[in-house]
Amino acid sequence: MVRVLKLELRGITKRFGTLLANDHIDVVVEPGQIHCLLGENGAGKSTLMNVLYGLYEPSEGEILVDGKPVSFRGPGDAMEAGIGMVHQHFMLVPVFTVAENVALGAEPTKAAGFLNLDETRRRIKEISDQYGFDVDPDALVEDLPVGVQQRVEIIKALVRDAQVLILDEPTAVLTPQETDELLDIMRQLKSGGTSIVFISHKLREVKAVSDTITVIRRGKVVGTAEPAASTTELASMMVGRAVSLTLDKAPAQPKEKTFEVRNLTVIAPNGQHVVDGLSFDIARGEILAVAGVQGNGQTELTEAILGLQERVHGSILLDGQELLGRSVKEVLNAGVGFVPEDRSVDGLIGTFSIAENLILDRYDQAPFARGISMSPARVLENAKSRIEEFDVRTPSGALAAGTLSGGNQQKVVMARELSRPLRLFIASQPTRGVDVGSIEFLHKRIVAERDQGTPVMIISTELDEVMELADRIAVLYKGKLVGVVPAGTSRDVLGLMMAGIPPEEHVHTTQAAEAADTTTSTSDAEGGDHV
Amino acid sequence: MSEKQPPQHAEGEPAGRAQQPTPAAEETAAIVSVDTAGGAMEPSAVPATAQSGQLPGGPDTLLRKIFTGSGMVSVLAVLLALIIGGLLIASTDKQVATTATYFFARPTDFLAAVWNAATRSYIALFQGSVFNPRGNGLAAQFAPFMETLTIATPLITAGLGVALAFRAGLFNIGAQGQIIVAGILAAWVGFALDLPMGLHLLLVLVAGIIGGAFWGGLVGVLKARTGAHEVILTIMFNYIALYFLRYLLNTPAFQRPGESNPISPILDPTAVYPQIFGSQYRLHLGFLLAIAATVLVWWLLNRSTVGFEFRAVGANPKAAQTAGINVSRSTILVMALAGGLAGMSGVAQVAGTEKVLTDGVAATYGFDAITVALLGRSSPWGTFAAGLLFGAFRAGAVQMQIQTGTPIDIVLVVQSLIVLFIAAPPLVRAIFGLNPRRRKPARPAKSREAATTGGAA
Amino acid sequence: MSTTVSSSRPGNPQPGNAGKDAAAATVSAKPVGWKTPVFLAAFALISLVFFGLLAPNQTASFGISTGSDFFQLPAIQVNAFAGGLMLSILLLGLAAYAIYLKTRDKPVPGWLTVAFIVLFVVAFLIWVVGGARTPSISLAGLIAGSVTLAVPLVFGSLSGVLCERVGVVNIAIEGQLLGGAFTAAIVASMTQNPFIGLLAAAVAGAAVSMVLALFSIKYLVNQIIVGVVLNVLVSGVTGFLFSTVMQANKAQFNSPPGLDIIEIPVLSSIPVIGPILFRQSLVGYLMYIAVLVVWVGLFKTRWGLRVRAVGEHPQAADTLGINVNATRFWNVTLGGAVAGIGGSFFTLVAIDSFTKEISGGRGFIALAALIFGRWNPIGAFFAALLFGFADNLQSIVTIIGTPVPSQFMAMLPYLVTVLAVAGLVGKSRGPAASGIPYVKG
Repeated sequence: MVRVLKLELRGITKRFGTLLANDHIDVVVEPGQIHCLLGENGAGKSTLMNVLYGLYEPSEGEILVDGKPVSFRGPGDAMEAGIGMVHQHFMLVPVFTVAENVALGAEPTKAAGFLNLDETRRRIKEISDQYGFDVDPDALVEDLPVGVQQRVEIIKALVRDAQVLILDEPTAVLTPQETDELLDIMRQLKSGGTSIVFISHKLREVKAVSDTITVIRRGKVVGTAEPAASTTELASMMVGRAVSLTLDKAPAQPKEKTFEVRNLTVIAPNGQHVVDGLSFDIARGEILAVAGVQGNGQTELTEAILGLQERVHGSILLDGQELLGRSVKEVLNAGVGFVPEDRSVDGLIGTFSIAENLILDRYDQAPFARGISMSPARVLENAKSRIEEFDVRTPSGALAAGTLSGGNQQKVVMARELSRPLRLFIASQPTRGVDVGSIEFLHKRIVAERDQGTPVMIISTELDEVMELADRIAVLYKGKLVGVVPAGTSRDVLGLMMAGIPPEEHVHTTQAAEAADTTTSTSDAEGGDHV
Repeated sequence: MSEKQPPQHAEGEPAGRAQQPTPAAEETAAIVSVDTAGGAMEPSAVPATAQSGQLPGGPDTLLRKIFTGSGMVSVLAVLLALIIGGLLIASTDKQVATTATYFFARPTDFLAAVWNAATRSYIALFQGSVFNPRGNGLAAQFAPFMETLTIATPLITAGLGVALAFRAGLFNIGAQGQIIVAGILAAWVGFALDLPMGLHLLLVLVAGIIGGAFWGGLVGVLKARTGAHEVILTIMFNYIALYFLRYLLNTPAFQRPGESNPISPILDPTAVYPQIFGSQYRLHLGFLLAIAATVLVWWLLNRSTVGFEFRAVGANPKAAQTAGINVSRSTILVMALAGGLAGMSGVAQVAGTEKVLTDGVAATYGFDAITVALLGRSSPWGTFAAGLLFGAFRAGAVQMQIQTGTPIDIVLVVQSLIVLFIAAPPLVRAIFGLNPRRRKPARPAKSREAATTGGAA
Repeated sequence: MSTTVSSSRPGNPQPGNAGKDAAAATVSAKPVGWKTPVFLAAFALISLVFFGLLAPNQTASFGISTGSDFFQLPAIQVNAFAGGLMLSILLLGLAAYAIYLKTRDKPVPGWLTVAFIVLFVVAFLIWVVGGARTPSISLAGLIAGSVTLAVPLVFGSLSGVLCERVGVVNIAIEGQLLGGAFTAAIVASMTQNPFIGLLAAAVAGAAVSMVLALFSIKYLVNQIIVGVVLNVLVSGVTGFLFSTVMQANKAQFNSPPGLDIIEIPVLSSIPVIGPILFRQSLVGYLMYIAVLVVWVGLFKTRWGLRVRAVGEHPQAADTLGINVNATRFWNVTLGGAVAGIGGSFFTLVAIDSFTKEISGGRGFIALAALIFGRWNPIGAFFAALLFGFADNLQSIVTIIGTPVPSQFMAMLPYLVTVLAVAGLVGKSRGPAASGIPYVKG
């Protein structure tokens, strides 16, 4: 029995205080359609979906299900109405089994409230078989790979008879191959009668699977588009102006290799080799981009270089000096500039002033400190010039860094790291969650640092960013180096490398036309740490 | 209970929602575009207000606090706590009980009795802590105030210890134990060694500080090395210290000769703090040292690299670590310093007021220090002021019990209520019918309170 | 593709390592550390040296029957030296096995740690008794006394389990116990009915908890702060009312009728376990029931699943239509009621009147038991028993006159807890969201 459900959002407005996250948004999701909400990070897509899912109450506007207005006081009501949602950060309890996670909130029980998980197991098997999911109901969720966890999320929605499934940035954590599998699943679901709201900023995926596209920018619907629309057309709608998708960048002029990594192995607390025998080098005046799906050892690699990892073997040489075994402070003082992947957690102290954040790793050095006595005036002075140089949009350096937008926060981190003489610059996810304007600026600064003759290492899970910045590309898979390939390598080859298949094992077929498929690389993928 | 898990933040939310923006910062939050940080920041690990985006060491004047409303809330919180305490006093008052029997006939009698019961106690409290107009001469009239300062001395130093640890994101529940260990060492140096004037006292002080620093630092080491939670550790260390003290007081090395009670010999006259205004008041040198400690802690937090490290570790240990700050070292150092400050309280007890070592050496100063630090919002001068206030309560309560029979325990009630109310400004505003400025968004306002009160979980 | 998406664990105490661990956890294998095997080896050696080699060559005698048992068993006689040596060798064996497991990268199983603790305690006991002036104690009495002393601890730690499992740190156990003790005394005195007193104790504990819940959930005040302050508040209020009300009229307000010991015929005469299981007060029986009910409830029922989900991942629970804050509020309240019942033990069973600070810091030992028992009701129960045992032993050693100062016995629960949180029992991991207020959105 397939129930069809038509969903309508009318004039949805959501304010957070004075901030307008959604401004009179109208969206109609027809039954049996894949409806894409396309927009930059921070455009208000997730807020809208959280309104639809009953997590937020709309400030204005109404939701109609099959033409009747409904009001959801919580996700329970939304689920009751046949709406399911897979959040960008999975809503799974890590220490529960799959069955417990699926049962939660709608638990089949025996007498006196005792759980009856057999019923749940049966349903999981059923759905699992139907869509070819291969999920063990008794596995602990924390033991499952991300792709499987995502399927558990989908099962959770299907068990509750979801007619409309909201997928919030579902591909952010997946390899290109897993992404394709997910797109297949979406098509299957659609043919089974489930409509899907697909939230994404990745044009390629959106074009591949959508029936209708609604573009959202700055909290407003700016138009609808057909999947057939060209990539540049979609991109400029999304960003609001013509986007130059390529970065003006002179060819690299690599000089001597001053940064060498030899047989680097990082062992996690659980004994796993999360970085496994890596060897590579970077020349002065060259950008090496490290590509790979989130969680394949990139974090540990950068942390090992910086001295944040404990069990590390091998050798890390900068200008012939061994960095391994030194403290973070010593590594920084050796001339390593580091932009961490999660700036709000590792890069900034939100409650500290911008000025203080700008000296976070130099607070104890001249001219900011003499002995252990600090000079607040010098700190502010420094802030003034850095803010100007990096175009940080803020009225004062004395404000808390947490009040800045993502792009400006990243500029603060970048300003701090680039404002001293460097012998190596490492930037992890340099433009994650950053608006397009800032991306261009940040990319230019990175290239400028390269042109000054600094070896630069960029770690990015965004293939587009990798392809744009790299002079050479290294691909990591399960902590191992799959290969180092030149900048022009095709998306397909890189995609396969990201799934662990070395470049020599597959034939280079498509090389052209891929560049046109580029999106603006704005991902708000937060990665696996905070789900 | 340690690291905070940042709440899920949807895109498009105000960037500063989980922090504690200054008034100016709130304005910016409003003009910041929709395009904000995907993951907003975690709430501050520290209940300190001064943590926020002020200039490094910038002005955080009392005046500004009053104008921004938190000063007002503090005053109202104290008032509210006093009112509730007053009601509690009245509820057990005989006169009130009598008048209550004919309440409907003459309610004014009842209300008057309630008022009398409460005010009588509070007036006694005031006279016992600040100024006693019936005193014989000015010296006697100000004697209560001197007593307040005397009692405030250990509260201030121990409170500073708790506050300092707070700022580094650590919950130091262990001032009690640190005072005890400091007291043990200081007292031993004081009665067992025979040294010249000056040097002896100096050694007593140093021994006490070292004792406290050792006991606090040990917690820091355990936390840094094994990851054990400092709340649990400090609670356990309090009891370990207490039982160790009780054991020592039964050993020949510590027990006063010829005494069967667990009490140490009296400290040598060379080992005790001189009295500042002569022998008519108990006020001793320790109070001046407490002022010095306050200045030192202020300087340390706001003007030194060490304090920068502490605050960074307290606000965001991961970012601090990434910036090259040694989090373990900071943890150990701050706990040792906190212990050292609490140790000064131990010295104030054995070398200042008690002059002997008993198992009551710490009284409840270690626990009171927590409320002092909380009331002072972990700022050095705030802690100083809170120490004076609670010192006044303690001093006055003695007089109150003598005069009106109101048990000293009422001080505990008032004290804890003050801290509770100060931690929950919306409650206080609601009770007094003060609506917060309307323009402030409801939701961020809520999380803002979370930030101001969020402790080092 | 193998990243484990797990939350950065608040229970993971390494500053700044939580996120890293999560990111690094590419497989599920639980971390295998050296800490536990090394700790075990160290303690085995301590046992060997002190309880074995340095033990007095005296026979320790343990009576295991009491006069009321329906058959009498002879006392167990152990030579302290030989017994200590033998047990130490067993301990060394266990430690060696743990080290062997470690070299194979396998974690130390729970039974091993438990067996180790039990054997160590036995070795310690033999050593203590063997070195005493009168090397003879009644084991049955010791154990029964331990259970009795453990009753409030068990209730307190169950309160902690209920609160922490739902994501609220409960430092206020001490206040809940004290509030329960006071209310039980005054209500039972006024009504001359201990059962009403018991009920009132539960209400009082719940009331303390409600304040905790209100401030930490609604006003988002740090839970540890509220807990600490609540302890002071309850101490102040009960102390104040004790001095004003109870002291003024002791007969009317502070002479509660006690709850009698209920002996179950026949069963209570079984040696050793009879007195423990079948010769208890109502509160004692309630303790056993409460442990079982909480355990079954948490792990076998819908309620428990939801509670644990809220404590581990409140957002996930919220997206499934579970009201996080309401769940927290009522569980914390329930926890308070449980602790309140535990508090009534002081005034209705143990002593026949209330005095200031009658709970004497046992709330903190209950907290320790909760952690030592790894947030599990059964674990907390046994941890509380162990601490009750230490407490009881403390008074017994003073009587039989052993070389160990009683103060050190009193210190034991706290020392054990320090060792526990420092990693003796592996990394104890609390509920992930414990201590973190839940703000929607």
